[in-house]
Formats: sequence, C-alpha cells, structure tokens
Amino acid sequence: MGTLTTRFSTIQDPDEKHKFLLNMGPQHPCTHGVLRIVLEMDGEYAMGIDPILGYGHRMHEKMAECRQWSGFYPNTGRIDYGGAIPYNHGYCALIERMAGIEVPERAEYIRVITVELNRIASHFLGVGAYVIDLGAFTPILYMFDDREDILDALEDITGSRLTYCHHRVGGVSKDIDDLFIKRTRAIIKNIRSRFDMYDRLVTGNIIFQKRTKDVGIIPVEMARRYGATGPVLRGSGLGFDIRKNEPYSVYPEFDFDIPTGENGDAFDRYMVRMLELEQSLRIIEQALDKLPDGPVMAKVKRVKLQPGDCSFSVEAARGMLTYYLVGDGSNVPYKLKIRVPSYSNLSLLEELCKGSLIADLVSAMGSLDLIIPEIDR
Amino acid sequence: MDFIVDIIAKYSLVRILISFSLLIAIIMLNAIVMGYLERKICARIQRRWGPMEVGVQGWMQMFLDGVKLLAKQLIVPREANPFLFRMAPLLCFTPVAMAFAVIPFSESFYAMDLNIGLIYLLAMGSLNVFAILIAGWSSNNKYSLFGALRSVAQNVAYEIPILLSLLAVVLVTTSFNFKEIVAYQSGLLSFWMCQPVAFIIFLVAGCAETNRVPFDLPEAESELTAGYFTEYGGFSFGLFAIAEYGNLFIMSSVATTVFLGGWNGPFGLDFYSGPILGVFWFLLKVFILMLIMIWVRWTYPRVRFDQLMNLSWKYLIPFSLVNLLITAFIVKII
Repeated sequence: MGTLTTRFSTIQDPDEKHKFLLNMGPQHPCTHGVLRIVLEMDGEYAMGIDPILGYGHRMHEKMAECRQWSGFYPNTGRIDYGGAIPYNHGYCALIERMAGIEVPERAEYIRVITVELNRIASHFLGVGAYVIDLGAFTPILYMFDDREDILDALEDITGSRLTYCHHRVGGVSKDIDDLFIKRTRAIIKNIRSRFDMYDRLVTGNIIFQKRTKDVGIIPVEMARRYGATGPVLRGSGLGFDIRKNEPYSVYPEFDFDIPTGENGDAFDRYMVRMLELEQSLRIIEQALDKLPDGPVMAKVKRVKLQPGDCSFSVEAARGMLTYYLVGDGSNVPYKLKIRVPSYSNLSLLEELCKGSLIADLVSAMGSLDLIIPEIDR
Repeated sequence: MDFIVDIIAKYSLVRILISFSLLIAIIMLNAIVMGYLERKICARIQRRWGPMEVGVQGWMQMFLDGVKLLAKQLIVPREANPFLFRMAPLLCFTPVAMAFAVIPFSESFYAMDLNIGLIYLLAMGSLNVFAILIAGWSSNNKYSLFGALRSVAQNVAYEIPILLSLLAVVLVTTSFNFKEIVAYQSGLLSFWMCQPVAFIIFLVAGCAETNRVPFDLPEAESELTAGYFTEYGGFSFGLFAIAEYGNLFIMSSVATTVFLGGWNGPFGLDFYSGPILGVFWFLLKVFILMLIMIWVRWTYPRVRFDQLMNLSWKYLIPFSLVNLLITAFIVKII
C-alpha cells in the first residue's frame, strides 16, 4: 500500500498495535469520485477518520482572478456537475447585483423553471447513488429514467445536458417554447406517478430502513456548528432554505413548503430529498402557469466590476451556495470566493462517524450526497 | 452399445472418469447459463437490454467472456503468498465439483449414490469457507482480509440453521439418502407443505451461505470494493464465479430434493415422471429457485453485518430448533 502520511501514522502506543490503517479511495466505489479517506480501524469499527481532499482540484477560484468575469462563467457549471444550473444562476445574479441590472420577469421565471428541473435531476442522482452505496443496484436505473426525461427537456432549451451555460447576465440566452412547456408538464405528471413505486421499492423496504434509520445522526446543534446546509441541515429539523429565508429571483411568488426531518439520521436526509422533489414539481407547475410574456434578455452594456465587494447566495441542490466577489474597477475580478455546500457537509464526517461500523460510515457518507470536485474546486 | 455399457459396469475407474468429466461439464454449463440468465434478467429488472451484441440476444456473450478470462494474464500481487494465492481458486472450485457427485438429477441419473448423501454434500459445501479465507489472507490486501473474515463468521453462523432445518426433514424420512428422501415425497406430499418453516429457513440461510444479496457481505462492493477476490483477475476470478454459481446450484438442488420432491412430477402424477422427464422436473425446480434468488438480488439492498448475525443467532436458529423439537414430538407420537 505504500506509506501513508496522515496524522494517524505516528501511532506507536503498544496498546493500539491491533489498530490498522485502511485507505479508502481515491478510487473506492463508495467515495463517488476522488475523495480519499484514511480510516484508523479497530476491527470493523472506524475509530479515526481523516478525509484527504485535493484530488479533483481545478483552481476555479484562481481562474476567476485571471480572466474577465464573463470568461469565468462557463466554469460555474463545472463546479458541481450534479446540479449545475443553480451555480450559473448564482453567478449571473451576483454580477447583476454588482452592476445593478434589472432582469425581465419572463427570464426570471425561466431561470426558476430550469433551476428546479435541475434540482430534481440532482436529487435523483444523489438518492440513486446513495441506494447503490447500500447495495441495491436497481433503483438508480429507474431514477435515471426520470432524470433522462429532464435532461432531454433541458437539452432542448440550453443545448447541453450536464454543464449548462444557459443563464446570462441580464436574462437567459434562449426563450422557452410551447413544446418545452408541454414536455415539462408531461414530465411532472410522469414523476408524480412514480413516487408510489419509489415508496415501495426503496422507502418502504425493511432492509433500507434498517440500514438508514438511527445511522449517522446529526443533531441540529452539530449541523449549525459545522455550517451544514441543504438537505443535511433540513434533515436535522431546521427548515433553513435560502429560497424562503433570503428570497431571491421570483421565489416569493410561489407557494411551496420546506420539508424537514425529525431525528437527523440518514433516513431523514433521504426523505427530505424525496419530499423536495414534490415541492420542486409544485414550483415548476406554478411557474409554468404564471409565465409572463415579454423579452428574456435585458439590454446590458459592458459591465465593469465596481470597486468594492458583493455577495449572492442561492439554494443549490446540496445546500447554500455563496459567491463573494471583490472588484477593483476593471472587468477582471480581484477575488472570487465560492462557498460550496458539500465542503461544510463533508467536514461533519469525522465527528459523525467516529466509532461507527464501516457499513454505517458508507451509509452516513452517502446520505450527505457529496460531490467531491465541488469540494476541491 | 452393449460393449460400452459392459466396460462402464465392469471398471469403476472408467465410470468415475466419465461421471467426473460430465459433472465438470455440467458445472461449466451451469455457470454459463446462469451468468447469461442473471445478466439478462437483471437487465430486464432494470429496464435495460443486457448483452445484445454477440449472437441472437447476446447468447454467446458468456462463452466469449470465458475465452477473454482464459486469455488474461494471471497477476500475483508482489507481497502476496504466491502458493496460497494460486491455490485458493482451485480450493474453491474442487469442493463444488465433488459435491455435484451426489446430486440426484433423476432416479437413475447421478454419479454416486451415498447413504449419507446429505451429510456429504453439506460437508463439501462448508469447505468453501477455507478457500475464501485462504484467498483473503494470501492476497495481502486489507479489503480481501475483511471479506474473508466476514465470510467465515457468516458461514459458521448460517450452517447451523441449514443443518437444523434439514434435520427436521431427516427425522421424518429417517434417511440421509437422497433417493429415499425423494421416494418419500412421491405422492401428493412434498416437504415444503408439511415443513414450511424449515423450507423458508433453509432458503434464507442458503441465500446467506452462497453469499447472495442481501447477504453478500464478503464481497460487499460499496464497502470492500470486491471483498475476498479483490486481487484476482483472469481465470482465477472466473473460477470463483463458476464456484459461486455452482454453490447456488447445489443449494437449490438440496432444496429441490429435500423440500420440493426432487425429480417427481407435480401433484404426484406418475405418468409425468421417468428418467428423462425426471431430469426436466428437477432442473425446472432448481432453476425456479435460482431465478428467485436472482430476483431477490436485484431488488434488495445489503444488510449490515451485525443485523446479519442477529438474523441467524436470534431468529433462524431458535426458530429452527423449535421446529425440530415439534417435528420430533409429532414423529414420536405417530
């Protein structure tokens, strides 16, 4: 295995000789990408957990400082490839806030529709991958079936399927047509009809419940301490959602709920994601009903970033995403800080899983729904 | 023709050679058929097509996969124990081939008729543990060792309910001989009707004994990458896969013989049975059981290790003991 240079490698205490190091990742089936975790194992129990990051580091924040703000925009879709549109939305809204640009109402509606569609696709990805972690291979293929419809619909208006560049500063690049609306309504109907099947296949499955209930319990206090957001925080019972608590775009015009869990265990986090699907469908339905006419792009003059700083938060699929930008009067950002949800959610892991079985570690980590390249950026 | 029959009857060595080459052919064929069926059925369960490229509906896929595995280099990890590392797949495969010797495909189609057929078969089945332990230890990989340790604990725990549930039947038949057990069920009665608890316990424990989902902890993919055969490639990996399907076949055929009436036709109808039809009924029952296991595998998640142990020690063993006691009591009265 080679030498492991971690903080555990100094253990020389003779009482601890029976402990050993287990290297999980960066190419382990349950770490979803390139997370590496070094575990200090005592039999099947993980007594020490040391996540090692950086295998997917792409210098996004530095790249932002080296080019015009518009040149960085395509990068935003690559930070979280699971749910990319909220990242586009946040960046565009940030520049708009900084330059004081008014966005046409129709464009905001289209943004909300695409963001929520993307959120559903992202939750399907996260939940499906989680169930694979628990050993059931079939549900993810049903979920990808639904996700495929969404990706097809999004492909029609954005031109891409995974890393989007549809939103623009001042609006969106392409208007939606009647075909898309018809298609989206069909998708909503189809997904609603499948909830019952997911309930029977996954949620009601006794083995699934045994593997997730009372596993990886995050108390609210602990979630706050680590700055966890998104379904991880809401699963602990705190209904914090940027869409409600710090409304942006046209979200105040829609009627939707924030589902929360009770115990903060892995099952609650899973349930929050499944319930959020229905809420996202409600938002899309209302947005399609209320969709106003008009242009989808404002007249935008050349944007210079004002000296000073500005930040904008949106609710991404995995939690709170904040862009913080410092401008210096040119059109190149002086500094761009991206606060991604998975980073805080991962930092929970050590306290969460200390002393748990390796199977529970896999279950708890999967329920955090991490996207590793987002953490590394 | 008579000449050949004479030779076979006269020289037992010839008989052994013929039956063993036939058995190995059956094991290989079983692995190919089951591998193909598993891939096709799991694909249908998951709304995919499965293998479609090679031949009609991809029926040649498994043959070509076998050729591919044969052509691959056998890699021994640098710090592994090379002798044991190469030995383990053979040790895994041999008991399966030996256990096949006593499986009664029909009244006259079997390799060996032992008075203690059931005991012999279970003994061969439990040798599997050694191969897995050796494979896990000699690989010098922590994940492999984890898988091997889990496998040993699991197999020890689940052999007890298997034995106890079979004993309940043996108490009634008073014989370990497969022929007599089947002969006992020649009428309308099969043991799954009068011993339903034992039948269910046997199926669950058999699922665990053959390391199938939801009890596939020794090879739990998302936790241990591939468990005890993480380091194996090429045909040594192939031997593990063949042995796995062989074990599945053995478990299903024990269930068929002991609980489902073996080669007897359904509903005790005499004109449905015979040497050829007997094989047909036997294989039909065995394959129905194996397909049920495939169905379960592609539907359920995996249990956790402590839950697995609890299931055996807290539920299966006490229930099978009670079942055994009740059976003994009833047999004594009657």
